[in-house]
Amino acid sequence: MTPSGLELRGLRKSYGTYLAVDDVSLQVPAGQFVCFLGPSGCGKTTLLRMIAGLEAPTAGRLLLNGLDLTATPAHQRNFAMVFQALALFPFLTVEENIAYSLRLRNVARQERQRRVSELLALIKLSDCGSRRVEQLSGGQRQRVAIARALAQEPMLFLLDEPLSALDAKLRDHMQIELRLLQQKLRLTTILVTHDQREALTLGDSIVVLADGRVQQIGSPSDIYRRPANRFVAGFIGQCNLMEAEVLDSRHLSVWGRVVEVAAVPGGLIKGTPVTFSIRPEDIHVVPREDAASNALPGRVSFAREVGERVELRIDCNGREVIGAASPADWAALAGSADAVSVQLRAGAGTVLTC
Amino acid sequence: MLRVAAWLTWPAVVLCATVLVPFLLLLRISFAAPDPSGLWIPVVTLDAYRGLLNREFAGALLYSLAMALLVAAVTVSIGFPFTYLMTRLNRRAQVVWLVFLLMSLSLSDVLNAFSWQVMLSKRGGFVSLLAALGIVARPESLTPGDGAVWASLVYGVLPFAVVTLYPALSRLPPEIVEAARTLGASPGRAFRNVVIPMCRGPLVAAFVISAVLVLGAYVSPLVLGRPQSWTLAVLIGNAALAGHDVPRAAAMSVCMLVAVSLLGGVSAWATRRR
Repeated sequence: MTPSGLELRGLRKSYGTYLAVDDVSLQVPAGQFVCFLGPSGCGKTTLLRMIAGLEAPTAGRLLLNGLDLTATPAHQRNFAMVFQALALFPFLTVEENIAYSLRLRNVARQERQRRVSELLALIKLSDCGSRRVEQLSGGQRQRVAIARALAQEPMLFLLDEPLSALDAKLRDHMQIELRLLQQKLRLTTILVTHDQREALTLGDSIVVLADGRVQQIGSPSDIYRRPANRFVAGFIGQCNLMEAEVLDSRHLSVWGRVVEVAAVPGGLIKGTPVTFSIRPEDIHVVPREDAASNALPGRVSFAREVGERVELRIDCNGREVIGAASPADWAALAGSADAVSVQLRAGAGTVLTC
Repeated sequence: MLRVAAWLTWPAVVLCATVLVPFLLLLRISFAAPDPSGLWIPVVTLDAYRGLLNREFAGALLYSLAMALLVAAVTVSIGFPFTYLMTRLNRRAQVVWLVFLLMSLSLSDVLNAFSWQVMLSKRGGFVSLLAALGIVARPESLTPGDGAVWASLVYGVLPFAVVTLYPALSRLPPEIVEAARTLGASPGRAFRNVVIPMCRGPLVAAFVISAVLVLGAYVSPLVLGRPQSWTLAVLIGNAALAGHDVPRAAAMSVCMLVAVSLLGGVSAWATRRR
């Protein structure tokens, strides 16, 4: 049986000598919400445009439910796309925008009107059907662009940074709406974003891209807790990357101290240089005399309150570690800020070999 | 504030000097009597207009208008897809094409008309080609003839249409066409459904500019056309130069201006915001 959903096999796109997308293979199971996450210029938008059929791949294949669509032109794919600039038709009303794909498919007028009013209700803009696009607010336009894309009942729902133009509060709100809508309609969805928070809150799974290559594919907690390499660890959230050396299957030497970790990847012999990555929230800052094992001595060089927690920068012999503390803990610690220990939570963190 | 207001009268001054004063002069002459030994005799009479109340003049006016509309329609139909596809090229190629196009404007009308006459003559390349392809049985000169006039006029006004359309089309966001494509529109369908409505204003502008230029065309109809298909501009020229009847020429010009104003009014109505 062929897997249902989208499958990319060795997709590649080059412009002259520049490789925008380099050998990307991945699967998006039916009904899943997948985020392509990466810095600007990592090839994520080019990849999405190839999926949409707006860009022809230099090599590789694209299959939907086992069917090869590599050579199928965009207008025959029935993949909906929401563009960063929205690209609503300014010369049409809201209703006419939403009905456009239905008109192309010669859907009868009554059925068309039924679908449009259904979609208007879905995006909570039932009263705005006869308005012109320019009379809508940013968030309303956003919703119209989504409704227009959904009218054709697409096989695949593609979104290219659709929320990046909205202000933070509205973006938050739209993220939730988008997720609810996707779950309600069980749409196979791909969203491109450079905003890690957006990717972590929206996606069933995340594809991290850099330099046109897939860096890691995994669930948000996988990506966050178990980054596959230094790039992913550094790109997502705050992260401490420490040079270390393998001691045995459970221990590393980090900056001259023995640190216990959950597991050292198999096949690494004693003395192999690795990178130890650990999140600030897995680092406990304690007065020097309270230090137990898994601790590095240091001095608090900088502290700032970030919401309900305090972010601490600790100078460990010239090397900086970012840690976190609750305001109460930080208040208790403030007196001995010059002689603290950085306590790495045993078993936390990841050993990276690349 | 006063200084700003003073500057703002400048457009009015320029328009007065270049449009209003010449027009009033023209209007005045159209009500004068012809002077065979000079230009005009300063009396007030409707003779010049009365002389235009005949079938011949009405026919020429209608023919000129119809030809202007036809040539403008052909020009825009050729120029719009041309300009659209040109704006999809890279910057460098676009500049080359634009320079090439503008260079063709630097050729004089007279040279253009005579070049067309040579090309469409019995021994010109085009007619021989048609004969060789079996499209015409025997090579025969295509000038003088209406087709020759129309073709040379399309050639002459096409660059103006392209230059009028170019800014709007080069600013057309590509994703608006791509959006139509992902919604199920073939490239041709997207062009008709999206590109054309997005450029309605510039399309009308290009059409009007082409039509007005054709209405004023003098050399092409004179050189390439038969006397019965001479346009108003040729008749005006003949009245003033050969007939020494300047008031008659002025009256014809006033009629032509009225026709052009009507065209402008219709186009303003066509591009109004709904």
